[in-house]
Amino acid sequence: MKNLLNSIAVVTAVVAAPLLVATSAAAEGEKYVLVSHAPDSDSWWNTIKNGIALAGEQMGVEVEYRNPPTGDLADMARIIEQAAASGPNGIITTLSDPDVLSGPIRAAVDAGIDVIIMNSGTPDQAREVGALMYVGQPEYDAGYAAGLRAKGDGVGSFLCVNHYISSPSSTERCQGFADGLGVDLANQMIDSGQDPSEIKNKVLAYLSANPETDAILTLGPTSADPTLLALAENGMAGDIYFGTFDLGEDIVKGIKAGVINWGIDQQPFLQAYLPVVVLTNYHRYGVLPGNNINSGPGFVTADGLEKVEEFAGEYR
Amino acid sequence: MTDTATPDTSDERVKEMSAFRKALIRPELGGICGTIIVFLFFALFAHDSGMFNSQGVMNWSVVSAQFMIIAVGACLLMIAGEFDLSVGSMIGFAGMMIAIFSVTLSWPVWMAILVTFALCLALGALNGFIVIRTGLPSFIVTLAFLFILRGFTIYFPQTIERKTIIGGVKDAAEGDWLAPIFGGKILTGLFQWLGDNGLIAVFERGTRAGEPVVDGIPMLIVWALMLVVFGHILLTKTRFGNWIFASGGDAQAARYVGVPVNRVKILMFMFTAFCACVFATCQVMEFGSAGADRGLLKEFEAIIAVVIGGALLTGGYGSVIGAALGALIFGVVQQGLFFAGVESSLFRVFLGVLLLLAVILNTYIRRMITGER
Repeated sequence: MKNLLNSIAVVTAVVAAPLLVATSAAAEGEKYVLVSHAPDSDSWWNTIKNGIALAGEQMGVEVEYRNPPTGDLADMARIIEQAAASGPNGIITTLSDPDVLSGPIRAAVDAGIDVIIMNSGTPDQAREVGALMYVGQPEYDAGYAAGLRAKGDGVGSFLCVNHYISSPSSTERCQGFADGLGVDLANQMIDSGQDPSEIKNKVLAYLSANPETDAILTLGPTSADPTLLALAENGMAGDIYFGTFDLGEDIVKGIKAGVINWGIDQQPFLQAYLPVVVLTNYHRYGVLPGNNINSGPGFVTADGLEKVEEFAGEYR
Repeated sequence: MTDTATPDTSDERVKEMSAFRKALIRPELGGICGTIIVFLFFALFAHDSGMFNSQGVMNWSVVSAQFMIIAVGACLLMIAGEFDLSVGSMIGFAGMMIAIFSVTLSWPVWMAILVTFALCLALGALNGFIVIRTGLPSFIVTLAFLFILRGFTIYFPQTIERKTIIGGVKDAAEGDWLAPIFGGKILTGLFQWLGDNGLIAVFERGTRAGEPVVDGIPMLIVWALMLVVFGHILLTKTRFGNWIFASGGDAQAARYVGVPVNRVKILMFMFTAFCACVFATCQVMEFGSAGADRGLLKEFEAIIAVVIGGALLTGGYGSVIGAALGALIFGVVQQGLFFAGVESSLFRVFLGVLLLLAVILNTYIRRMITGER
């Protein structure tokens, strides 16, 4: 029995420590929960975490960030239900699969919680689930714009390195790019997985099998960073046309070095920061912008990289 | 435990044991203690966070029920001395098959479900057959199926529909007779009555204004309870249950006394696949879509629940009730940490600590029972 008591004591001590920290750090005022679909391993969402933390601090509200550890969207639905049950003033969530998420989101809206859709999803879908607004970058349109730009630069074929193939919005980026170029996506998209060395080797394998490929499109730092290494290894760096979604430290270096032609910045910081500001002002003073907010796309090229460089991976 | 085998009349071969000690040394003891500790803990730290209002209770109940469904299968298989690492991939695969059959091929949903169940049972049997025939560890064989099934789950929709999530199952299931058995809710009248009388909260606005926030018990929970009861009775009250223990304890010795070890193990692989398929069907019917990422890591969550519940990784020892309690603990801790406002990246830390403590606790309890040192 003594062992049992010891175990209990240990559990309580271990479990209670972070709890105390979490409670004391909470500010007074409204409470907002941000639910994302990203697995723990996706580093891009760090900017979102920083953005929402900064907004919480500046507005004097309590903010929380939640995500399904493996990126399983069915688990995400449960987290939204959980967030609704904990009774916050508002929920900020992505809408990467309406079939799975619209039910829980609608239930939260009906229970009297204001919802803003950020990042994934479309303005139409946001309206359908009863959200106040959509803050983000419409994925297909951004891919299409990038495709048009690449076509203007003389690109005819490409490789899309999709590191998150189970999310429809990732595939939409590739599809939009293909449509912008006016070519068939077909086998030009690979499912790279999330592991850096795996991604690197898959890109190397694809490029040695298809050496005539004009361009590479990556969907974020997770796939762009290993792709940079792959290009450095097979000597195609700077030669092949390279565009990427999203920014990160290595991507910025790549743009500066001329290996990456452009990065599409959807400014995730704004996607986390603005909803908190909008919701807080809505709840305090009843004011609400009249339309959705497009946080992107903006093309980041070698010109004007200074600020981007300073805050890459943190706020950019 | 095979208490049932003990005759009521006194027998000089049976050691006398006090009732208290008997009550204490059940495999479920760790699970029972854990459940009490976990609930006390969250009652202390998260009582005002909405965790124990109707929505909150439903939230962790559903999550626990999900774990329970796969834990029952994993538990019986583990007692029979084998592992199944393909559970998570099987969930993704089964869900995707239902969606492809019903949406892409426009089969009636009941047929899609039945064919998928047949397919899963066949895959479970194949798993078992390969393990038995080759004598390879089930760990390796089912690890292979983890990749094979996950690969197909991504390949099929990608090839057929050029996307990795197939939706529209909900529309296809409209009016189907079998779909509500997995995706429906029961006791909706009772909950409406509770809502009308102010006993549980109701929606404040929208198209569902006036309806209770919790409008029924999902069939998922009913399936979980049914499987737990079935598994418990099978394991403790039937001859087949004794065979499961014997197969996992010492397969060769069991064969000598006439236990059909191979049949038992293959059937248990099929039962695990069946549980995974129930999980997948409930999920697809609830959410209306199947995705290639469904069920990731669920095999480990099932094993964790079973181990927390007191089963032995080497087989021959464990209990379904324990596994169910393990699933409850797991579900409550997972959702409870969110309610308590713990930084979500620490979730895995808690999971690891919980697993370690449970195993240590269970090891001591088992030593008390068996007297081993």
